[in-house]
Formats: sequence, C-alpha cells, structure tokens
Amino acid sequence: MRGMSLVVKVVTNIVVGFIFIYGVYIILHGHLTPGGGFAGGVIIAGALVLRILAFGVEPVSEKRAEERASAFESLGALLFIGIAFAGLIIGGAFFLNFLPQGTPLRLLSGGIIPLCNIAIGIKVGAGLFTIFLALAAIKYVMED
Amino acid sequence: MIELYLFLFIMLIAAVIATEIKDLLAAVISLGAVGFSVAIMFILVQAPDLAIVQIVVEILTIVIFVAVVFRTTHIDETIGKRFASTHILSMVLFSLFAFLFLAAVVQSLRELPRFGYATMRVASEYIRLGLSECGGANIVADVILDFRALDTLGEATVLFTSVIGVLALMRKIGRKR
Repeated sequence: MRGMSLVVKVVTNIVVGFIFIYGVYIILHGHLTPGGGFAGGVIIAGALVLRILAFGVEPVSEKRAEERASAFESLGALLFIGIAFAGLIIGGAFFLNFLPQGTPLRLLSGGIIPLCNIAIGIKVGAGLFTIFLALAAIKYVMED
Repeated sequence: MIELYLFLFIMLIAAVIATEIKDLLAAVISLGAVGFSVAIMFILVQAPDLAIVQIVVEILTIVIFVAVVFRTTHIDETIGKRFASTHILSMVLFSLFAFLFLAAVVQSLRELPRFGYATMRVASEYIRLGLSECGGANIVADVILDFRALDTLGEATVLFTSVIGVLALMRKIGRKR
C-alpha cells in the first residue's frame, strides 16, 4: 500500500503515539470511567490503521504484521477465557470474581474486571487491525 | 426529549440521502452523519460508554469506506435506471410493509414503561449491588464483565469468528484465478 503526502506523515508522526496511549488509558481505567476493553481496543486499532494508511506498507511486511496481529488476537481470546476458567478452578464458578476487590475508585480495584478489560482490549484491537490488514492485502492477491 | 427527535429526524434525512445520492463519497459522509447522530443521542440519554464505542467504531468504518471509495469509483451506477415496472411494484409492496411495520411498532411502543423507569427488578439490583459486589466504580463494567460476563464471552466469540472468517475469505492459498 502506498503512503500519503508529507503533511499527513508529519501529523501522523505527532499524534499516533498519543492516540495509542489514550487507548491504553481507556482500557486500564475501564472499571472506573466510561470506556473499557472494547472502546480502548478500537482506539488502539485506529492508531495502527492510521499509521498504515499514512506511511504505507510493503506486501511482505504486511503479511507478517497480519500474522502477528492474528496471534495477538488469539492471545487476547485465550487470556479472557483463561480468566473465566481460573474462576471455575479456584472458586467453582465460571467467571467468578476471585480476586480481592480493593478500595473502590482506585486503579487496582474491581477484582478480575481490569484483567478482563485488558484481555478484551488486546483481542479487539488486534482483531480489528487483522481485519483491516486482510482487507488491505486483497489488492495484492488480485494482482498476482 | 425534543432534541432526541431532532437527531432522529437528522438521521432519517441522512439515511435517505446516503441511499439515494449518486456520489459514493457523499453517501459515505451521510452514513457518518447517521452514526454520529446515534453517538450524540447516546450522550443525551447519558450513556457515555456506548457513545465512545459508537464514535470510535464509526470513525474506523468511515476510514475503511473512504479508502475503498478512493481506490475504486466515486459514481454509483445503479442509481438512475431503477424505474422499471418491477421496481415500482416492489416499491409499492415495500411501502405497504413499512406502513404495517410502523403501525405495529407504534402499537408495541405504547406498552413500554416510561423512559428511565424500568419495571424489571434485575436492573435495579445491578445498580444497587454493582459497587459492593464487584468493586468497579463504572457500573457498566461491573455488569458486562462480572454479572453478565458470559454474554461478553459470546460477544468476543462473535468478533473472533468474524476475524477468522475474513482471514479465511481473503487468504492467498487455494484461491482460484
């Protein structure tokens, strides 16, 4: 995929890190403020898509990025269902909130809720980025 | 409540424009107007969680649509030659169906409880027990990740399946020329 003009590249260089950090913030504070794993994951995917659209990518590294993003998506799904089974093993109920709750309104509170948010964030961000890369790669497939 | 109807009206107009306009880029922008109106309506009824998701997903969708339009064509060639006799018949049938459907919807919406006053006891239990049982200050996170985490697992499975589906459809190996 070709990149875009110099203006877009410079602006992307400045903002893409902030967008990524904002997505991480939304995920980590999902149990305290509006947002959560899904919204933060989509923001992270948006940052990655912005970078790919602005700078372009070679077909070979695009294929590799797609494989890595797919692996991260599976990792997120495994983490999420692993937390669910951990509740089953430790407390005897699927998705049991087995961790201590902590004081409300602190970052480390809510038991398994922040962990679930992180797992869903990885899963959604990597999943949407995988879909984008697969759709972007269709052009090369057609040309071959 | 009047502003909700205002945005509903904007959404209706933008949706009709999106289907009827000949320039596909303009259609994509009208589609974005529909999505952002939904986001503003979510904010107005005090659902910031949904509003964030709606805004972000809308931006991502529009970016993908715009990329596709830039790469293919701007002109929708199916518009303009749709007034054959069968099309008129199908439009009449559709209007009839839409009228009946709207009548049924209006009838059933009368039965709903007033906005903000749930008759179900489950919802008020979630709000009462959210902070003390789960410890998350954001009640939405408490509901989707603790009380109803199984639903979220199903949702995650849907996304996982769609990613696998896209990867399987778009793969290079085994594709016939």
